[in-house]
Amino acid sequence: MNGSRSATLTVAWRVASFASFRTEGFPLIPIAILGVLIFAAVFANVLAPHDPEVGNLGERFRPPAWQQGGSEKFLLGSDHLGRDVLSRLIFGARISIVVGFTAVVVAGLLGTGLGILSGFLGGWVDQVIMRVTDAWLALPALTFAIFLAAVIGPSAMNIVIILGLAYWTRYARVIRGEVLSLKERDYVRLAIVAGCSKRTIMKRHILPNVLNSAIVLGTLMLGVVVVTEAALSFLGLGVPPPQPAWGLMLADGKKGMMAGYWWLTVLPGCCIMLMVLSANLLGDWLRVKLDPQLRQL
Amino acid sequence: MKRYIAKRVGFAAISLVLLSVTIFLLVRLTGDPTVLLVEPGASQADMEAIRQQFGLDRSLWVQYGHFVSSLVRGDLGHSFYYRTPVLELYLSRLPSSLLLASAAMAFSLLIGIPTGIIAAVRVNQWWDSAGKVFALLGLSLPSFWVGLLLILFFSVYLGWLPSSGSGTAAHLLMPAFALGWYFAAAHMRLTRSSMLDVLGSEYVKLARLKGLPEALVIGKHAFKNALIPVLTLAGINLVIMVNVAVVVETVFAWPGIGRLLYEGIAFRDFPVVQATVILNGAMVVVVSLLVDILYAVIDPRIRLAR
Repeated sequence: MNGSRSATLTVAWRVASFASFRTEGFPLIPIAILGVLIFAAVFANVLAPHDPEVGNLGERFRPPAWQQGGSEKFLLGSDHLGRDVLSRLIFGARISIVVGFTAVVVAGLLGTGLGILSGFLGGWVDQVIMRVTDAWLALPALTFAIFLAAVIGPSAMNIVIILGLAYWTRYARVIRGEVLSLKERDYVRLAIVAGCSKRTIMKRHILPNVLNSAIVLGTLMLGVVVVTEAALSFLGLGVPPPQPAWGLMLADGKKGMMAGYWWLTVLPGCCIMLMVLSANLLGDWLRVKLDPQLRQL
Repeated sequence: MKRYIAKRVGFAAISLVLLSVTIFLLVRLTGDPTVLLVEPGASQADMEAIRQQFGLDRSLWVQYGHFVSSLVRGDLGHSFYYRTPVLELYLSRLPSSLLLASAAMAFSLLIGIPTGIIAAVRVNQWWDSAGKVFALLGLSLPSFWVGLLLILFFSVYLGWLPSSGSGTAAHLLMPAFALGWYFAAAHMRLTRSSMLDVLGSEYVKLARLKGLPEALVIGKHAFKNALIPVLTLAGINLVIMVNVAVVVETVFAWPGIGRLLYEGIAFRDFPVVQATVILNGAMVVVVSLLVDILYAVIDPRIRLAR
């Protein structure tokens, strides 16, 4: 990295890079969990026993089936409006996965693109992009996302844009660093001597070589993005109700918590945790597999 | 040294300017800012008055000048809900936020540093693996969910601790734990890797060759140097904590800045939201600058490297 990079950021990056985990074998469990969640998201219409958005006020706060007072009808209980928790969790997986994956891709496209431009072109382009990155990094992503959500208003589409805008800086920094070292490689120099245009070099020689890093970063970012999305939903800035986002379910569940309706608080949180945990484990494994350079970060 | 400080101050200043530009542009480009700046339910005449007052009918440059000059004068607007200047509100909430963040920081260091050292000393053994699991869980459990689970267990089932509010030490316990949880994992990981770096260094080898007892090598020689990066990060993390506390403060109804931001959103009180975000960002920039300078003072390798 260049000399202007602050000491603090170097330290912070080391922490953010998950350096202490090395998963040796094939990450079967995380892939299985993510697989189940994706399956639930895709076939939510078929799998969910009830409509997730319509409840029956006569059946409010039913406990899960195995508890006293529970029934087969609501396997994981019902919420404060008498809606089936299981169905809401299944449809919630759809929102988390769609929002999570698209936001990671949006942030990745923006960050990788700007990182390549910044690293390859250098000069004032590099200065401008890196100073903007620094300024955006100054605001913690959650604060920034809250501000954006307050300005442009909540909807599934907006959340994707917000999360993309809040997280592209992470990609830009790492990718730029990679490009700086790729630029010195012989094949890139040869391409310059051979008279290839800058565009061609960036597209044909630089981009394919930073793709692995971008994928690894994206997987690691998935967990962070899902947590942020849940936090926004929890604050009422995510997908608007009555759509069943996990964070929103937690916010609703808080109302019944003092009365001991534990399933409304515990179950959505477990879903968030499983998704984040498996994304982190998978990202870690991918990092070791795909990108030996990132191991040392 | 002077050159280094001047350079860092310059970068911090650029960051602040870009931050203000970003926030200014986002508010203006994503729609009619009058809608955000005017009280909900205001009449057409009121909207016109606001447009006049903020110069919203003029060019962007004029508007930006207006925006920055009020910022510099410390005029961050008035809250619609509280009917007081936002700066006053922010400053009145700051002590609560700092108290919560300090408690969470103390907790995270108390857990993170010892476990990190043990993991480094017993690298690749049972302790180390336990540490990895802990670090992974710390990263994967959202702080507000940890908070909700704590309330469920300690307030609802056991009835030991109050579920919300502030004032006594008992009120502080659960929010500090929920907020510090993630950071405990982060500090543990950094302590571990920093300790491993130091343990591999020449002077630690020398201390061992001299025949010093292992406890002295680790406790006196390695520990001190390994601690520098951890404390540096802790400085930044304290401000980050004030920022990310918004969800935890909402869960526990803790009257800090995060709660102020949440209220600003819930009551559609846009001046509060904008001012809180600007001040929080400025706080991060300034503290990062101070920590960078402090780090260079402590560790000459940093400033000599450039």
